[in-house]
Amino acid sequence: MQESSSSPDPKNGAGRVVDVVAITKRFGSITAVNDVSFDIRQGEIFGILGPNASGKTTAIRILCGLLQPSSGTARVAGIDVVANPDGVKSRIGYMSQAFGLYRDLTVEENLRFYAGVYGLQREWKERVAWAIREMHVTAAPGQIVGTLSGGVKQRLALGCALLHRPPVVFLDEPTAGVDPAARRLFWKIIRDLSKGGTTMIVTTHYMDEAEQFDRLAFLSQGRLKAVGTPEEVRNSFGARQSLEDIFVMLQEKET
Amino acid sequence: MTLHRLSSMIWKEFIQMRRDRPTLAMMLGIPIIQLLVFGYAIRMDVRHLPMAVYDESRTQESRELVQKLEATDNFVVSRRVSSYAEAVRMIDRGTVRAAVVIPSSFARDLKRGRPTAVQLLVDASDPTTSQNAIAAAQLVGQSRNIAVLSALSRLPIDGDRPRVDVRVRPLYNPALKSAIFIVPGIIGVILSITMMIITSVSVVREREYGTLEQLIVTPITRGEIMIGKIAPYVAVGYVQLTAVLTLGHFIFHVPLRGSLLVVYGVTFLFIVANLGLGLFISTLARTQAQAMQGSYFFFLPNILLSGFMFPREGMPHIAREIGLAFPLTYYLQILRSVVLKGARLVDVLPQAAMLLLLAIIFFSVSVKRFHKKLE
Repeated sequence: MQESSSSPDPKNGAGRVVDVVAITKRFGSITAVNDVSFDIRQGEIFGILGPNASGKTTAIRILCGLLQPSSGTARVAGIDVVANPDGVKSRIGYMSQAFGLYRDLTVEENLRFYAGVYGLQREWKERVAWAIREMHVTAAPGQIVGTLSGGVKQRLALGCALLHRPPVVFLDEPTAGVDPAARRLFWKIIRDLSKGGTTMIVTTHYMDEAEQFDRLAFLSQGRLKAVGTPEEVRNSFGARQSLEDIFVMLQEKET
Repeated sequence: MTLHRLSSMIWKEFIQMRRDRPTLAMMLGIPIIQLLVFGYAIRMDVRHLPMAVYDESRTQESRELVQKLEATDNFVVSRRVSSYAEAVRMIDRGTVRAAVVIPSSFARDLKRGRPTAVQLLVDASDPTTSQNAIAAAQLVGQSRNIAVLSALSRLPIDGDRPRVDVRVRPLYNPALKSAIFIVPGIIGVILSITMMIITSVSVVREREYGTLEQLIVTPITRGEIMIGKIAPYVAVGYVQLTAVLTLGHFIFHVPLRGSLLVVYGVTFLFIVANLGLGLFISTLARTQAQAMQGSYFFFLPNILLSGFMFPREGMPHIAREIGLAFPLTYYLQILRSVVLKGARLVDVLPQAAMLLLLAIIFFSVSVKRFHKKLE
């Protein structure tokens, strides 16, 4: 984290897909993200945890190029998101917390639309077929999306976010409101993708899921409280606490 | 901006439009229904008011006067009554809209060259209707006067013809039919309703359903999102324009005296100005219902102050000034001039320039607010 992130140093940059250095974001008198730094390696499943209003969403929005930080720098998939916020968008996939696909379009139409939006030309058919297959979209391509079950909707949304083969994917509370079987399938897909080299950045409220992360960052009140493997994070709070204990403790300290 | 992304957006928008049957039916049905309702129902040129006659004179002269009134086409004798009170009661009940009261001395006074008075009671609760009737009745009185005066002065008279004959030639709409005046107006009103409501609702819907949040994290630009959302509605606007012009021509015989090219060209400015308004509303509203209400908020003053129903010349100063902020005000003037009078582009250039100015103002303000709202 000490290295300068602005210099495209191939030695330090190798394997590092996300590099966040001293990011701060203020909204008026409120500091939503306060001097946060971390980095993420290629193919990692990286968790960003924290109670509500801890700055998770703001941090993700900055990394996706939707928000300009007040200070600090961040590189995502080789692109400086502060200098080139629009450039990063074709290099990432994003799945929003609320289901963001068109309910009145069919499975295939949604995929085709996003293929077009991501600028896929001839290969769109092949990619749409890939998404339906790999995401286990167990529905007819002509089915209207509004009628799908929560789990299928969620996997379809992930499929849309992966059409353009992004090296980095952001998942904002991806498993909220999904049944346990669908959650398990979803995590299997995530792990497979990560094995394939795609970096997954996930926020979640479910602490049992946090054990799935290769590494995670704990945010509270806009500050980074801990970063590392689940084990390291637990230890940094000492006394063999579970992640859930830490989460609750942080939340209670705020209120 | 890439054509590929833009066309994906437009493609998606058309599918959604096609699938939203009620809205589609509304967009295509409203112009036709409004045209028929306004075209047939709105009659500013009211004729044949039912009239009661209370004739105490019962002479040839008094019957002649009643005939003259009927001959104006404004009155039809539907009742004969035997008292003044009965005539008034009939107007109160709405059985008749006018009553003529001829005193018993009418013929006698006329013959003796004494002034005589005939009373016409008119139900003036609707000013538009009654004004025509009143004017017609006064004209009948005047022409009788002239006839009597010329008889008294022993000048040679030629029937009832007065010496000074003011001949009015109504231009552009010689039959003075309301429909011909109303139809071009309907085009403007329908376009502004559809463009404002549908765009504001469709933009707000993307936000309400969270689809916009997903979209802005993709490489598609804000400009592409907006143009992609709006372009299909420009097409809808042109379908509506064509439908009303065609139906208006064949059903109500509305002429098209000017250039169709000018009509279609100026309509583009008008549509863009209204889309700008719709977009503006969408930046104020959080839900589709709010967008709907916001559109109505603009809609009423739009109709009332633009000159669609009431002539702007008669409005108080402040109302006229407010009307200047509505694109419809200028569009109506252009349409009526081009469609009904055959005006050329140069004739309507000032209004077209104002439309362009409003389109630029509304659009740039809305785009700015739209961008801010996305952050």
